Amino acid sequence: MATVEYETHEHDVLVIGAGGAGLRAAIEAAAQGVSVGLVCKSLLGKAHTVMAEGGIAAAMGNVWPEDNWQVHFRDTMRGGKMLNNWRMAQLHAQESPERVLELERYGALFDRTKDGLISQRDFGGHRYARLAHVGDRTGLEMIRTLQYHAIHQAIEVYMECKIERLLKDGDRVCGAFGYWRNTGKFVLFKAKAIVLATGGIGKAWKYTSNSWEYSGDGHSLAFWAGADLIDMEFVQFHPTGMVWPPSVRGILVTEGVRGDGGTLKNTAGERFMFNYIPEFFKAETADSQEEADRWYQDKKNNRRTPDLLPRDEVARAINSEVKAGRGTVHGGVFLDICTRRDADYIRKRLPSMYHQFKELAGVDITKEPMEVGPTMHYVMGGVRVDADSTAATVPGLFAAGEVAGGLHGSNRLGGNSLGDLLVFGRRAGLHAALYCKNLGGRLTVDGGQVESIARTLLEPFTRSGSENPYTIQADLQDTMHNLVGIIRVEAELQQALEKLAVLKQRAARVHVDGGRVYNPGWHVALDLASLLTVSECCALAALERKESRGGHTREDHPYTDDTWGAVNLVSRQQGDRIDLRREPLPQMPPELKALVQERQ
Amino acid sequence: MAKTFTMRVFRGDAAGGDFKEYTVEGGEGMVVLDVVHRIQATHAPDLACRWNCKAGKCGSCSAEINGKPRLMCMTRMDIFEENEVVSVAPMRTFPIIRDLVTDVSYNYEKAKQVPPLRLKPADPDGRYRMMQEDVERGQEFHKCIECFLCQNVCHVIRDHEGLKKSFSGPRFFIKIAGLEMHPLDTRDRTDFVREQAGVGFCNITKCCTEVCPEHIHITDNGIIPMKERMADNFDPVVWVLRKIRGSKKAAP
Repeated sequence: MATVEYETHEHDVLVIGAGGAGLRAAIEAAAQGVSVGLVCKSLLGKAHTVMAEGGIAAAMGNVWPEDNWQVHFRDTMRGGKMLNNWRMAQLHAQESPERVLELERYGALFDRTKDGLISQRDFGGHRYARLAHVGDRTGLEMIRTLQYHAIHQAIEVYMECKIERLLKDGDRVCGAFGYWRNTGKFVLFKAKAIVLATGGIGKAWKYTSNSWEYSGDGHSLAFWAGADLIDMEFVQFHPTGMVWPPSVRGILVTEGVRGDGGTLKNTAGERFMFNYIPEFFKAETADSQEEADRWYQDKKNNRRTPDLLPRDEVARAINSEVKAGRGTVHGGVFLDICTRRDADYIRKRLPSMYHQFKELAGVDITKEPMEVGPTMHYVMGGVRVDADSTAATVPGLFAAGEVAGGLHGSNRLGGNSLGDLLVFGRRAGLHAALYCKNLGGRLTVDGGQVESIARTLLEPFTRSGSENPYTIQADLQDTMHNLVGIIRVEAELQQALEKLAVLKQRAARVHVDGGRVYNPGWHVALDLASLLTVSECCALAALERKESRGGHTREDHPYTDDTWGAVNLVSRQQGDRIDLRREPLPQMPPELKALVQERQ
Repeated sequence: MAKTFTMRVFRGDAAGGDFKEYTVEGGEGMVVLDVVHRIQATHAPDLACRWNCKAGKCGSCSAEINGKPRLMCMTRMDIFEENEVVSVAPMRTFPIIRDLVTDVSYNYEKAKQVPPLRLKPADPDGRYRMMQEDVERGQEFHKCIECFLCQNVCHVIRDHEGLKKSFSGPRFFIKIAGLEMHPLDTRDRTDFVREQAGVGFCNITKCCTEVCPEHIHITDNGIIPMKERMADNFDPVVWVLRKIRGSKKAAP
């Protein structure tokens, strides 16, 4: 058999993914003086971070001086229903403000307070207005700022390059192998340390706010390399995605709409969220419309509107309203800001929502309510990491951002993702660089291993099967949507696993035509492996966890269970199967425990 | 609705190519990108196109639709006549890679050349204060999604290969303008703007502004003030006036 051709690049640290976490990691690693490569699947600056809308949660206290990291920590832990890695939540709450200010020093132009400081907006689950923002396009500001900072550092950027496998020397990571989308040619990266910053897994579901890039690459790369994944059952359905017209279903509608005064209503015009306040949040949530409306201006004497309960609560409520027949004909509910705020305010605070609805749905949100419903948005689960260093369980492997698990527990609060990217992106870059500096000896890449991977990647062109990759992807998305959605039940989860097994067999028969140059059919075919892996991890963990908590709701086990609240589910590859085990949560120190239990 | 859409899509590479016609099932609210995706899923799995967000925020799916530079994800099919055959071609200015995908690396090279922010010292408490009205001028330029449609229609880039070396193009004129209007920036980019960015080559036809999906006033708020500043810096009369009045902004 002919030798497979590939080019080779060598770096100390290779960062995979160039969204907020990847860029921040690369910047930090470069600052440590090591050689850094940054690989991204799309063009630079197009990663999913660009779509983040609402803002970066950081207890800077610019709007509410009462705010501090302790309150933010408490909100994050409670939002995640206490399943969070406490140390990650602590670091995140403590370091987010400095990371935001750093972004400002890199040139980001945040909206301002009257005193000229960074303004902060209300968001779900946050006690105080805490999100640093730029209208409703904060993610764009963040990625552009990091991108233009990064291109002036010693970072080698590899665009439109897809990594397919990690390589190991013994138990250590020693490189990564993939292909150029533009040419289809193979490329080997030798690296002492690898930072995964690949985002999430949303493309395994039918209706999602995520782009094509969210095919679970990093989750799968880590898993196949022997690293642990945790909390894979926890998937966040954002309560407000567009529902109409069908072609835009799933596109995100920012929580900022509710943060800025918008309310959810059913077709009877009722503000139904008052009927869905769970016991856990009763003490801190307004129980009358009057109090809820006063809260926007006076947070000391009023409690938060239930429209801004954490996302898992709101998504379930919308789901219930629609099921009870109080939804719109398109299967959504109304999100109304037009009767509550004037047109100028709406256009100024929510310019891209205004534009998005006007252009794609023909709806003027200053005059009409929006139609919204849940959309798969985020995976809380991910690579199991050490909180301080972001090190995965495989030496040399680090992970930051959505691909890492732990920070958000069973449910992420809005605004906590962008802070996550910055805080743990920086930590990943720093610790990956330090790891390289301390690494003794030489790493060797096994050429035979590389060749065998390359041959596997080319199989879709030559095998005799006739399965269409797009059809399998669509069938997978239907399966996950119908059987591993917002509300889950044992029989359906089992059915999902059976269907996934069939899809795996079909994926092995995928055939693609054409050449290797920019061939999306081939790209989709290769993405199926990671999509199927993360789907299986998710369904299996969802079947195992017999309780309801955060982004995991079991119709057959509708309550939270303290026994389950004490464990994470850890997934690890064991030959061809997934080994799933329960492991106790890291123990929170008493002083932090007191913060979380404290009544406000 | 048993509607169908017929689309002529450019298929080919640097060696050549031609438009190929596809007919797919239609649906309410569909945009051009939806049709392209449907063609991939049902007729031509290897049809190359770039896309990411599908919501007009990432600027990946730029193309020429019926000859007009637009984002595929923000172009609804119902703006066309019923039964109209819509044509989709790659951006003309950049070298084609395959089908609808072009080599836009020119833009990434130009991006690197722009001298970055040089930060002024912080307030005594270590913070930076900026007023909302002062950040808003720069925020307009920060809206840019880097779809490069403005670069695509710019006559200098399109028709003057020889000038490209010393011309950044409208995307980077507003990048520079954003930096120049940044309340915390202290860097002088005069020489860069004149010699490397080549703002003088722009003859203000406003083609860039017309195609901007973010409706950024590229010409009026970015390029023209920059040209004026260049003129200011050269004009001995302005120089004398400024000496007398002590202000650059005092307009005659």
